[in-house]
Amino acid sequence: MERRKFIGRTALIAFASALGSEIVFGKYLPVGYTPLGLQNPDPFKLFHKDSGMVLLNDKPWNMEAQAHLLDDKITPNKYIFIRNNGLVPENIAIANWTLTIDGESVTQKKTYTLAQLKSKFKQHTYQLTLECGGNGRAEYNPPAKGNQWTIGAIYCAEWTGVRLRDVLEDAGIKNDAVYIGYHAADKHLSRDPEKEPISRGAPMAKALQDETLLAFTMNGADIPLVHGYPLRLVAGGWPASVSGKWVERISIRNKVHDGAKMTGSAYRVPCNPVGPGEKVSEKDMCIIESMPVKSLITYPKTGAMISEGKKINIRGHAWAGELEVLKMEYSIDFGSTWKVCSIEKPVNRLAWQHFSAQVDFPKKGYYEVWSRATDSQGTAQPMLIPGWNPKGYLNNACQRIAIKVS
Amino acid sequence: MKDKFSKFIKSIGSINKLSIIIWGSLGVITIIGIYLLLDPTLSAFKNQIPNETVVAIPKEDDYNKIENGIHVRTGFIDAPGLMETVNNCTNCHSSKLVTQNRMNKERWVATIRWMQETQNLWDLGKNEDVIVNYLVTNYPPLETGRRENLANIAWYMLEE
Repeated sequence: MERRKFIGRTALIAFASALGSEIVFGKYLPVGYTPLGLQNPDPFKLFHKDSGMVLLNDKPWNMEAQAHLLDDKITPNKYIFIRNNGLVPENIAIANWTLTIDGESVTQKKTYTLAQLKSKFKQHTYQLTLECGGNGRAEYNPPAKGNQWTIGAIYCAEWTGVRLRDVLEDAGIKNDAVYIGYHAADKHLSRDPEKEPISRGAPMAKALQDETLLAFTMNGADIPLVHGYPLRLVAGGWPASVSGKWVERISIRNKVHDGAKMTGSAYRVPCNPVGPGEKVSEKDMCIIESMPVKSLITYPKTGAMISEGKKINIRGHAWAGELEVLKMEYSIDFGSTWKVCSIEKPVNRLAWQHFSAQVDFPKKGYYEVWSRATDSQGTAQPMLIPGWNPKGYLNNACQRIAIKVS
Repeated sequence: MKDKFSKFIKSIGSINKLSIIIWGSLGVITIIGIYLLLDPTLSAFKNQIPNETVVAIPKEDDYNKIENGIHVRTGFIDAPGLMETVNNCTNCHSSKLVTQNRMNKERWVATIRWMQETQNLWDLGKNEDVIVNYLVTNYPPLETGRRENLANIAWYMLEE
């Protein structure tokens, strides 16, 4: 009299076709059980993200923030964008996790457990700005291929770990070292074990900076899984893809690292400026290093309506890759006039800086508040979308919010 | 005599009634008993939804449901070439990676070549033209100029 206990044949076929493979022993699958490969979890719950975040892609997971969500001085996890190239690793056994330093230019290949890394090397904490190289891609014309990031692929969190330099020096760096390249535990989308989804790196000069960390914690807690638990390379001010997640191996190379997404057009821009939509051959594409100067108004949220005579205190953050922001301005008349904002010094090098200003509107009507940062070399954000590039990187155009005075 | 006879008839009548009640009750008890033997948990009278979670198994036609011109499962626009695109372009990555992009024919083809050369995409054979045609028709580049107007502003009263 028991109702069917095991799954029906039709259901099995549906599961199997969705998974793209036969479910061995499928007839023993209990009713009510969805095979893991089919579970479509809620990414906001899964990664503890705020419901105001915007999901761009679910395979691989990619999610961005909105300007007003980034108001905190140190970005909490719930507002941190997710950019994945492959599949998030499963079943991480932290006790067995090791980091190997190898490559053509290592004096002696060495392997460390997490415990050894933590006990052998001094730990440091820095606030580091990480921005996706493709942040702002959505505005390029003609449109560039890839996830269409708007303005939310940026954050500044507080990272604690050991200096990459200390670990590399412990293994020994040969004189011919040029670059480091990371290798990580994530899987390629095609599940081909021979393929790495991403394996990028940085020149030795960046690798040896004080602030370049092998981090264990973010904002005082274990790094969230989707952001690289248990070990992440963090190189602030450069495209966030340099900051490899789930790092298991770092190679000291005697040439520019040639891992996945280092070559071709990935994370590269034309060495010389090109016209919109122009074809650029691979040999004329150069690797992106420091990110450009940029700023974000995080308060108020765009769309604010105020009554006439009222002033608004705007605030936000500004950053400039390897450099510092020296001047911060805003305009309410589409760039005809600019007024100065006050801007704080960075907490440490490569941390974003906080600005604020009191804005007065002369009469009723529609306004846009534009913000513009200028870096320590005198380079400012453009109001128009900057020079077109085939992959739509480095859009640092001024951000704006809409205000209505009535 | 008449009275006695009618009394007799009456008593037979009441015996009959009594026996109907007795046999009737016995019959009901037997039926219940037999039912209980067959279904001791009385499952036929319980809510038919079993305790475990029920997985909605999409029927083949629901699986590829079209609503308002959109293929619900993927978000793709319903147009010629839809299923070829679904079947070849959503195995490795999400359909969202396709629908958020806009390219001309040359660049859609270049994207396919790049996936074939580096990302294990298979030879699309005669489907390639169908897919490229679908993409160019439904996801062509739009002219957006050098800076667009702000759009979709959600206006709200700012109280400070």
